[in-house]
Amino acid sequence: MHNLFLYLTLIAYFGATGLWLAYFLAQRESYYRAGTWVMAGGLVVHTLALIQGVWSIGSLPAATFGQALLLFAWALVAAFLLLIWRSPIKVLGALVAPLAALMVSGALILPQPHGTVSPLLKGFWLTVHICLTLLGYAALALACLGGILYLIQERQIKGKQFGFFYRRLPSLSQLDTLNYWCLTIGFPLLTAGIISGSLYAQHTLGRFWSWDPKEILTLIAWLIYAVLLHERLAVGWRGRRAALLAICGFLVLVCTFVGANLWLTGYHSFAGFIKTP
Amino acid sequence: MNLLLCGVNHKTAPVALREKLACLIPDVRSAYDHLKSWPEVSESLLYTTCNRVEVICVSEAPDEAATRVREFFACHPEIAPGDLDESFYIHRDQAAVQHFFRVAASLDSMVVGEPQILGQVKQAYREATEHRATGPILNRLVHKAFSVAKRVRGETGIGDHAVSVSYVAVTLAKKIFGELTGKNVLLLGAGEMAELALEHLKGQGVGNITVANRTLERGVKLAKRFGGEAVSLEEIPDQLLSADILISSTGAGDVLITRDQVKGVMRRRKQRPLFLIDIAVPRNLDPGINDLDNVYLYNIDDLKEVVEQGWQRRHHEAGKAERLVAAETLKFLHWLETLEVYPTIIALKDKAEVICQAELKKTLSQLGPLSPEQRQALEVLTGSITQKLLHDPIIFLKRNRRPRRPHQELDLVRRLFNLDPDRNGDYHEKK
Repeated sequence: MHNLFLYLTLIAYFGATGLWLAYFLAQRESYYRAGTWVMAGGLVVHTLALIQGVWSIGSLPAATFGQALLLFAWALVAAFLLLIWRSPIKVLGALVAPLAALMVSGALILPQPHGTVSPLLKGFWLTVHICLTLLGYAALALACLGGILYLIQERQIKGKQFGFFYRRLPSLSQLDTLNYWCLTIGFPLLTAGIISGSLYAQHTLGRFWSWDPKEILTLIAWLIYAVLLHERLAVGWRGRRAALLAICGFLVLVCTFVGANLWLTGYHSFAGFIKTP
Repeated sequence: MNLLLCGVNHKTAPVALREKLACLIPDVRSAYDHLKSWPEVSESLLYTTCNRVEVICVSEAPDEAATRVREFFACHPEIAPGDLDESFYIHRDQAAVQHFFRVAASLDSMVVGEPQILGQVKQAYREATEHRATGPILNRLVHKAFSVAKRVRGETGIGDHAVSVSYVAVTLAKKIFGELTGKNVLLLGAGEMAELALEHLKGQGVGNITVANRTLERGVKLAKRFGGEAVSLEEIPDQLLSADILISSTGAGDVLITRDQVKGVMRRRKQRPLFLIDIAVPRNLDPGINDLDNVYLYNIDDLKEVVEQGWQRRHHEAGKAERLVAAETLKFLHWLETLEVYPTIIALKDKAEVICQAELKKTLSQLGPLSPEQRQALEVLTGSITQKLLHDPIIFLKRNRRPRRPHQELDLVRRLFNLDPDRNGDYHEKK
């Protein structure tokens, strides 16, 4: 049942990918509308899959890398749908949809170890920590994708070469506004995620901060975003620099998310979450 | 019946001749009175733009009609008879439909893809309907042409590419700022091209307009026209703080704004984007300015390059549009062919009805008094017999809309049922 929902989600996200890419190439409104609906349908099924997961294990399923990917994909799609409801940057869907589809495929392909979940992973505050962090990731991921589009479009305009992308991408000012909004929403979420996590660590492990690799990398990313937000507000940084910093910050976050789980060891690593019987 | 399209356009006639011909039309009423008075022409539509004067009409005798149109064109006192020899073209049927579709879709325009032509044709059509000059065939043709034009615009990128310097400047500004409402424009110098660009920008709802000119008087004059204010050249550095779009076209001959100047201003502007257009030759703005973040500098050559690219893309898209037009032309001709069978079908039904009525009358008078029910039953009987008899010939006509020899088959049916009794053929035995 769980997997049936996930397969439906996967189909919907791949369908949305096709529609969004078609929209990007042909620039027809109907494709974009269809893409949004298919994606929203995918999100509903995805939500059902997550609810079912919560039901069966009694806590948020975030014990394996695959499960974490599923949660992140959910947050990303939800954040994106919220965004296009308010903003005209539709072409972003051509990046978000394939990303979500790939993450859900990853979750289905990766081995799903069986065993008892560490009791450390059950708890209200931990759920809050995971949710806040992942929602923050999602907003910052959108800032990063918007930053990529900004750099492409700026290159076209500065280089005076008006090709394929110039016509299809939105204006620089819209892309820069996207960067600003995603940052002002994502940064507080990330901060709150870090604080709730450290409070939970104090409660269960007796210390706020353990200098584990994931924590260090997150701190670096947090500092990058803090600098960006400060410079934006104080000096008026925008455009290329803001886009570059948003991309850098998110690359560090990807390292914390993927790298810290797969290659580094620490108490945040997924390897320690499941005890095989 | 035939479709006929004749006239002159920018490819065949010089502007002097087109101007004179266009003078024929201001009085639409008399033009249509003229067209409608010809017995050869059953429907007509006349349209003129700065690039063409054309008449499209439906006629049973296209050769005579074409001569009439030509005489009509030549009746202008300033036109010598020889003027039209080279420039007057006549298109028939398929070529006429295709030409008309191409005109409406802006494929025959001087600036391929320009959107005004469709509006002009619509206006001309409105006038023609007011004067009741069009009929079922032209109505359908014109509506089809509108839908073809709409499809060409929607399905090809023919109108997407800017092909004038000032329009390029506006589309670029939109790609940088998104919306142009409230953006401030600063004009350095009061050149003609700058004025044109300003007019385009004004149409987009820009905010304050400031004109800086060497001679303040001229600057004031221009500023007044666009509802802005004039300043002297010395105030430029201060003005740079509030401006978003700057168009420079002075004949100063040297650099007016340096890279370092802009760099300093950008810090004070809190990095708000600045779009600089330098259409002066020699250039007024330091080319190095373009390396600064959030500053976009375009000179006249850059803009011309974009215009050139736009032209190439438009021509590429025009190829797609031509294919679309060709397909729609065939569809319309097909419809026109089916139209030809309808008079025959109607004649057939009329003939049956006449026979029915005559025979009924005869029979009723012989039968004596009948109840209304009996009378009605007889009417129904005769009606259904003829209907069933005619059913197959009608289906034959409709289904064989595109036989190899359409006119022969149509003719056969007409002969078979003797629908043209005045025509004395050898097939018809004289009584």
